[in-house]
Amino acid sequence: MGVLELRDVKLELGGKAILNGLSVDFWEGHIHALIGPNGAGKSTLAGAIMGLPDYRHMEGDILLDGESIRDLPVDERARRGITLAWQEPARFEGLRVDKFVLAGAKDRSADTVRRVLQRVGLDPEKYAKRSVDKTLSGGERKRIELASILAMEPRVVLMDEPDSGIDVEALTRIFDALADFKERGATVIMITHSEEVLRHAEHAFLLCNGCIIRKGSAGRIDDYFADKCAHCDHENVPVEEEVAAVVE
Amino acid sequence: MSTPTQAQVATARDLLASLGDLGGHIKGDDIAHLEVHGNEVVGSHLVPGLSIDVDELDDGIEAWIHVGKGVRIDKPVHMCFGMLPTEGLQRIVMHVEADEDSFASVQAHCTFPNAIDITHKMDAEVKIAPGATYEYFERHLHGAEGGVIVVPRTKVHVGEGGRFKTEFELIKGMAGVIDFDYEVDCDAFSTLDMITRIIGRGHDRVRINEVGHLNGEGAKAVLQSHLALRDDASAEIYNTLTASAPHARGHVDCKEIVQGRATAKAVPVVEVNHPLAHVTHEAAIGSVDSKQLQTLMSRGLDEDAATDLIIEGLLS
Repeated sequence: MGVLELRDVKLELGGKAILNGLSVDFWEGHIHALIGPNGAGKSTLAGAIMGLPDYRHMEGDILLDGESIRDLPVDERARRGITLAWQEPARFEGLRVDKFVLAGAKDRSADTVRRVLQRVGLDPEKYAKRSVDKTLSGGERKRIELASILAMEPRVVLMDEPDSGIDVEALTRIFDALADFKERGATVIMITHSEEVLRHAEHAFLLCNGCIIRKGSAGRIDDYFADKCAHCDHENVPVEEEVAAVVE
Repeated sequence: MSTPTQAQVATARDLLASLGDLGGHIKGDDIAHLEVHGNEVVGSHLVPGLSIDVDELDDGIEAWIHVGKGVRIDKPVHMCFGMLPTEGLQRIVMHVEADEDSFASVQAHCTFPNAIDITHKMDAEVKIAPGATYEYFERHLHGAEGGVIVVPRTKVHVGEGGRFKTEFELIKGMAGVIDFDYEVDCDAFSTLDMITRIIGRGHDRVRINEVGHLNGEGAKAVLQSHLALRDDASAEIYNTLTASAPHARGHVDCKEIVQGRATAKAVPVVEVNHPLAHVTHEAAIGSVDSKQLQTLMSRGLDEDAATDLIIEGLLS
């Protein structure tokens, strides 16, 4: 039994099925990867697990420690230990990095700010008083978001494309953070299109058309990157189209 | 200004105490300060190079503030205006002259902690000579009733290479009615930086009219209005920036978060009268950004706490 279990999860957006009866267990203390083509439903799955408003109408169930969380709002799921690192972190005009980092921190001390910023390779003296706004690069915001998650000490971390838009140094820091999560016994679920990121996972799931079509050790799944999905005729719905469907 | 009486000292103490953790009103031999309760100066201290002459009017005061040529007042000048009673009128007429190459920064606190029906009017004329810098930070503390009408009217002229920075902040207590009117003329290579931060609650009504004229070559200006409105509060923001000289640069930024039944209107006007001038604007009115909200909620904050943190950032 996994720490996080999905049972026959179905989700439609704009009349289009995005998740098609998906059942999967995520094991406690393991690093999992979700791979698959654009529109396969990976980000939607992360949003459904987090309980984001656009995905709350899902069918099926999500269990944390065997208990259903499907009716819980985002903040309650977070208080139970689930959190999400966004592919494109939000900007917060005027909100200082230290306040952002401490927003959900377990230990709300200045030491925590220093520790987690250093862990993601950012100098606390330079960054703690800056704003989480457009003056920071995407990579810097990504690292600051990760720092805020380290401070939170979550049990389940959803990471949507942790490597997108960042440089090699930042990616190294993200792998360091992964090691921290692993050491603390947290469960990590990474969405990725990168073989390098996949190599840091222990288990991987290949999604296509809202279903898990393969699962196993990361080494067994990586042939996906060798175009094993190239001839798939499933119609996947890229996330931009999902959002457009919701807006309509 | 004469030495204050015991009663005036006590009033000044109560006035400053009402600021609570808004704080920042610091005293010391090297720190100039002025406290005005109603139409009475209840405390003051000057430093070399700064003169403040005050006439007490029936309904307020008229003050002449002068910063001498080349004088640099390193520590902020603290001013406190306000009224402790529940009702009344306080009119502040202020004439400021900052001579060439001088520097002064004023931290003004306006406190009306018990207001039910108080009007606070400010009519100011500020002349900033070439190369001088004058900063004026005005922070308001109002009570829970919102019974204050605040009417600041200010005209500013910034000489060549001069700098004027002003911030108006009302984030504690009920705003009441704010009718804010600033107009600034900027000569060549001068800088204008105007920031307004207000939280409106209850039935607060806020009207802001900020106007900047970039008349001289290379003059620069930023007008920022950041408001958060909830309950039945309403706001109208008019930001006008004109640029009439080569290499004049300006930006208008108006952001308002609206919750509940609150309403907001933003009217940014940018006018460019020279082909080498450049002015931009951005205005955003709406509810709290959903991605910001969801990010903070995914850290465990409930919706109210997340909203407060987002607003705190916007108004910081």
